[in-house]
Amino acid sequence: MPSPLRMILVRTVLGLGMLLPVSAVIFFAVSLLPGDYATEVLGQQATPESVARFRETLGLDTPVAQRYVAWLTHAVQGDLGKSYASHEGGARPVAGIIGERLLNTFFLAGVTASVAVPLAVGLGILIALYRDSWVDRLLNSATLAMISCPEFFLAYVLMLLLSVKLNLFYSLAMVDAGTPLSARLLRIALPVLTLTLVITAHMMRMTRTALISILSHPYIEMARCKGLSPSRIMLRHALPNAWAPIVNVIAFNLSYLVVGVVVVEVAFAYPGIGQTMVDAVRARDVPVIQACALIFAVTYIVFNLAADLIAIATNPRLMHAT
Amino acid sequence: MSLTLISRRTAIKAGIGAAAAVQLGGLPARAAEPKRGGFARIATNDGSQTDSLDPITWPGSFTGSALGGALCNNLTEILPDRSVAGDLAESFEGSDKSRKWTFKLKPGLTFHNGKSLTADDVVAAMKHHMGPNTKSPAKAVLALVTDVKADDKATVVFTLSDSSPDLPYMLSDYHLPIMPAKADGTMDLSAPVGSGPFVMERWTPGMPAKMKRNPNYHKAKRPYLDEVEFIPIPDVTARTNALLTGEVHFSNNLDIKTLALLQRNPSVRVQRVPSTRHFSFDMNTQIAPFNNPDVRLALKYAIDREEIVKKVLLGNGTIGNDNNVARSMKFWAETPPQYSYDPEKSKEHLKRAGLTTLAVDLSVANAAFPGAIDAALLFKDQAARAGITINIVREPDDGYWSKVWRQKNFVGVDWYGRATVDWLYSTTLAKDAAWNDTKFEHARFNELLLQGRAESDEAKRAPIYAEMQKIVHDQGGLIIVAFADYINGVSNKLQFGEVGGIYPMDNFKLAERWWMA
Repeated sequence: MPSPLRMILVRTVLGLGMLLPVSAVIFFAVSLLPGDYATEVLGQQATPESVARFRETLGLDTPVAQRYVAWLTHAVQGDLGKSYASHEGGARPVAGIIGERLLNTFFLAGVTASVAVPLAVGLGILIALYRDSWVDRLLNSATLAMISCPEFFLAYVLMLLLSVKLNLFYSLAMVDAGTPLSARLLRIALPVLTLTLVITAHMMRMTRTALISILSHPYIEMARCKGLSPSRIMLRHALPNAWAPIVNVIAFNLSYLVVGVVVVEVAFAYPGIGQTMVDAVRARDVPVIQACALIFAVTYIVFNLAADLIAIATNPRLMHAT
Repeated sequence: MSLTLISRRTAIKAGIGAAAAVQLGGLPARAAEPKRGGFARIATNDGSQTDSLDPITWPGSFTGSALGGALCNNLTEILPDRSVAGDLAESFEGSDKSRKWTFKLKPGLTFHNGKSLTADDVVAAMKHHMGPNTKSPAKAVLALVTDVKADDKATVVFTLSDSSPDLPYMLSDYHLPIMPAKADGTMDLSAPVGSGPFVMERWTPGMPAKMKRNPNYHKAKRPYLDEVEFIPIPDVTARTNALLTGEVHFSNNLDIKTLALLQRNPSVRVQRVPSTRHFSFDMNTQIAPFNNPDVRLALKYAIDREEIVKKVLLGNGTIGNDNNVARSMKFWAETPPQYSYDPEKSKEHLKRAGLTTLAVDLSVANAAFPGAIDAALLFKDQAARAGITINIVREPDDGYWSKVWRQKNFVGVDWYGRATVDWLYSTTLAKDAAWNDTKFEHARFNELLLQGRAESDEAKRAPIYAEMQKIVHDQGGLIIVAFADYINGVSNKLQFGEVGGIYPMDNFKLAERWWMA
């Protein structure tokens, strides 16, 4: 079987195998947290008997290992279970809770990526071309400053300036199934802007570094001697060889956009998967937590695999390095 | 990635208290006649995908106002002047020394799906919280009820094991809404159907609840709004900004640190509603050193409540006097002396206890009450001057109410109060009360509690409760720092009349009672 296909197969199998220890670690870690769904949902109103009744109904009084095995048995058959918030007459399957929110997160990630990735790579090429000039220094310091600020700080500053003071954008990114596409795009303008500022620095600087290291090779000097323009050298000769490290950074940042944007989601009240996971942990709603953990793990695995494939496509020598 | 900005979802602790008039920030208090029409958007500080239609899990502002106050009705409600009135009930009467209560329902009541609301639905709603298999924390509210049955289609009779003159008040508890009953006599929780002023258009837990006016509502002229949307925004900055940009017309639980800035904005006003909510440091009176009454008094004189209200609550509250009955409640009695900061008296009490110094651990977290940690730090400083060393133990927010409260001996607590003194004492200070975290066991107090319940003559009840309050003030384990206000931000486009201070958001009925300007 050709090597790339074999690589995909091996990586996929390994990736799926990773899901088992991930789900186990998270399950047991959550069980170590103080309290459980019964105590958290009743909060200060809890009485010992109402807590005991709740636990009995949800099966929380059985040992941890037994509960994990039960969950696992259902999960491998594709049944992610029901949220603990289900009650008689109102069953809440986990897939239903997560489904729409996951799509929202993908939408936000997709729009952000389509803005940020071309911007970051483009700027990276620009400053590699004009390295050590004032453009280079300016962009470097600006993006470093952005990445040094916590996301919520950036979010609040943008919210204050662009929404409250100048009234250009909505401060609430509350969308639901019925929102049309144009309204959606308008509503998520500020979160997209915040996230773009956050992830651009990493990708831009990696692009610059990768290109500069390529530019020191002899064949680039040969291209210059041949009289090619700097932009042609950059785009046609240097960039194709620089993709490997660049796509790896892009994959990392795209995974972050799916998995790590809970702070921005909360700041703009955007109904995404990050907030779902945090609420589920706070409420100790284990089926939802497990499902989110699996989704996050799969996201990382898929993006990393895609990045490696692209890298190999541009530089087949890397295939043997894995 | 920092998660400190996400405020913990404050669980409303089944609170009812008495009401009070509302104070506005510099604008006239009374608005004009209510006008029909309009679409109000209400932002709440909680609401997540773990919410459900089952009222036993209704923990907060979102479920209380959207589901409890807008979608559903209770048998009774508490009006802004703290009196109890029938909501679904037309009239109610107690007999046999308040051991039997008969409620007559209003005629022609219907649910949003057209089904008639009869006594059977009420019985099913109550039974949901009674019996050995219920998971409901409201079981304590109905603890004395031995039987509830429907005498006919419009009459519900409660039979109790002991006197309870306050039962009508307790039935307004937001855990007890009336929803349709199924054929087997249990509550139908499959769809958001109630009898309330608004009909649910769409809602998924964690998302906004969009509702429209119920044309068949049983109260004439109400509600005034045509449409209302409740939006859960847990982050306080996002909630405040949404109010400032006009995306919402109301935000509850504002951050007191930003109030001064907000008050300068001409399009919104800050609403402060005095309530029965109070913040306290509770001592376990059965464990040394707190089991010595002189030690308790030493600590009560070692705290400067005024400084804490000024510096931590920024003036948004009134100092407590270790009596958990709020001033606005019926039967509140003054209990002199007002505890003030007096290090000398504190040292004197320590000496009487046979000690020259005292060292105690105080457990607090941000979840204890807003500003708990700062208040504890001030307390530590103040007590040091009286020779008392307070060691602050910072507990994690997560699991505070299950691992710290009622387990440790000196903790910070946020209480929501209750509508009546009897109910308050039965749940917080009576001998076997589930929430008696001070483990208060006073024979005379418990004796008076039963006496107060059996007495239906108000003139005779007042001195009973006055004596109980004095006992709590003198010998209890509560150090009540302050009674807090509910602090909300209201757009100028939204108007209101008299506002209740029992629950937040006008006793959760703001959708029914407010109107657009």
